[in-house]
Amino acid sequence: MISIQEHDFDIADEYSSLLRKNNTGATVTFVGRVRDFAQNDKQFYLQHYPGMTEKVLSEIETTAHTRWSLIATRIIHRVGHLQVDDQIVYVGVSSEHRKDAFQACEYIIDILKTQAPFWKKEGERWVDAKTSDNTAADKWLTD
Amino acid sequence: MKSHIQILYFASLGEQLKCDEENLTLDIDENFNVRALKQHLSERGEIWQKLILSSSTRCAVNQTITNDDQIIKINDEVAFFPPVTGG
Repeated sequence: MISIQEHDFDIADEYSSLLRKNNTGATVTFVGRVRDFAQNDKQFYLQHYPGMTEKVLSEIETTAHTRWSLIATRIIHRVGHLQVDDQIVYVGVSSEHRKDAFQACEYIIDILKTQAPFWKKEGERWVDAKTSDNTAADKWLTD
Repeated sequence: MKSHIQILYFASLGEQLKCDEENLTLDIDENFNVRALKQHLSERGEIWQKLILSSSTRCAVNQTITNDDQIIKINDEVAFFPPVTGG
């Protein structure tokens, strides 16, 4: 399940929504937050491409479900004006066994960071993409 | 024949081009592709040429990332943007 939203999310609520009776042996969650980018003007802004962001995140989620045995997934990404320490992104995965949950969660955030059309702006400066993010995404390529 | 194409420009690209979106009207045939559109846009001037033809600029047609060979049809939505930085 995908959400693109301006308002904040509650991790406890999101965790509960991943659980199903009897067989949810494992849940793994990731939260990304706004780091202090050491500028006096601490305006942080997240732009996105409405329509394409939902499409890409849905595709990532669908792929995760085909590659691993999962019970539920949840992806939330905030957009708009945020402050330092604000939550930006949430990825939650539940499964019967922990290996699927750990790998699927890491896969989703690694691929999101290189494919989902969001752009961060710190003050007046647009953040540059990092090669380390591409390296992380590449490790998930299948033969 | 004259056709409409919606073009969106995001993030630093849109800022530098001073354009977030436009509805472009131009003659296209069945072979009109991303490469041809880039060529058309780059003729607007130096900053357009530099940014649109940059190897780091991404292109999506109808919300799917694509390459220069992708055909563009009437009423398609095209977007140009820098590498993404979400998450």
